[in-house]
Amino acid sequence: MLCQSCNEREANVHITKIINGVKTEMHLCDECAKAMHGEKVGLGYEMGMPLSFQNILDGFVEMMGGFPQSIIGEKTCPLCKMTFEDFRRNGRIGCDECYKTFKDEMIPLIRRIHGNIQHNGKLPRRTGGILKYKRDIDRLKDELKNAVSKEEFERAAKIRDEIKELEMKLKEEENRG
Amino acid sequence: MDSLNRVSMVEKHLISMNLLKNYDNAAVILNKEENVSIMINEEDHIRLQVIYPGLKLKEAYEYASRLDDLIEERVNFAFDSKLGYLTSCPTNLGTGIRASVMMHLPGLTLTKSINDLISTVNQVGMTIRGIYGEGSNIMGNIYQISNQVSLGLSEEEIINNLVAVIKKIIDQEKRAREVILQTQPKELEDDMYRSLGILKYARLISASECLNLLSRVRMGVEMGIIKDVDIKKLNELLVNVQPASLQLIEGREIEARERDFIRAKILRESLK
Ligand SMILES: [Zn+2]
Ligand SMILES: [Zn+2]
Repeated sequence: MLCQSCNEREANVHITKIINGVKTEMHLCDECAKAMHGEKVGLGYEMGMPLSFQNILDGFVEMMGGFPQSIIGEKTCPLCKMTFEDFRRNGRIGCDECYKTFKDEMIPLIRRIHGNIQHNGKLPRRTGGILKYKRDIDRLKDELKNAVSKEEFERAAKIRDEIKELEMKLKEEENRG
Repeated sequence: MDSLNRVSMVEKHLISMNLLKNYDNAAVILNKEENVSIMINEEDHIRLQVIYPGLKLKEAYEYASRLDDLIEERVNFAFDSKLGYLTSCPTNLGTGIRASVMMHLPGLTLTKSINDLISTVNQVGMTIRGIYGEGSNIMGNIYQISNQVSLGLSEEEIINNLVAVIKKIIDQEKRAREVILQTQPKELEDDMYRSLGILKYARLISASECLNLLSRVRMGVEMGIIKDVDIKKLNELLVNVQPASLQLIEGREIEARERDFIRAKILRESLK
């Protein structure tokens, strides 16, 4: 392939640019490529690399969330005596009770950071049993609805049995605690 | 433990800067292989860190989770059914997990694509940070990519999302290197060998210059352009040329200027 600029020498520099989704390709010889990008071509000059970072966004749910409301009054945590102003200054809460004390201020902030306020990860073993059963039952109930709407009655019956079993276990757990 | 040993533990990523600052009231438990550390009274009361090579995030999490189970047999963690584990910083709420991967990205740095990468990665709930050295320059083109969102997703989802993003970044890095190789093959080769030359023959060299040159040589080895340098040696140098580790190897405290001299000597001997 000949150089697009001089049509004399062999093109051995191939530059692909994607600007606003429009792809243009350039095939140049060494000399023309250098001339176009100034005499001193440093390593890794802006070469309009065909980036596709936008693809990284595929499959991810866009995060949403409000902004923290303004703070009213000077609340103090009864356990560690920290104020919300203290938290604003150093970004760290004083103790776990702070999350309850400053709930109104913290929740919008947490929502903004994480996009939601519902924990979905690991649960503590000791107190987590009840929570886990409740969470599994909720999940199965959704599945049940789904199965019924698709008229998959055999699957629905199976899910119903699973829910019953979990509800029994939940009751046992609650009676024990 | 003396202060050199402590700082060198930060350089090796075994403990955090936070723990070092709070040294008098803090503690760390390390395993023999130095890939597992339990920090006490860091930012939170307990912080577990498990490091595995490569992309073995799942294995690392499973290990950390087993440790967590063991600790939980004796300790009641502060937990809320909505907010999950209650950490002292609200950015760690929920799972309390920070999964991160260290990446060497010279191609994306050279093609000036890092800023694009940073803003895109931010949009999907993750962060990317350079490793800062003595100045404010990012050293050695090494970046750390981690999840920003720790609440609302399961541990597995957090890890899977991170791995998916890391794989895209690896693709982009490969592509950036190909673009440079196609457009400036001679300049690239020249730059790599000049870097190797300085590392082999310099008499005074700062940590940040050294890390940047090591990055370039490493890129040369990874791309098969430089053939007679062992990548293991480069990894070793990456730690050993840093200020505290270097002083630890020499067994004494050394002034900055003399450090530059000794660093050059270590490099010469290693790359001979
Ligand atoms: Zn030409
Ligand atoms: Zn408090």
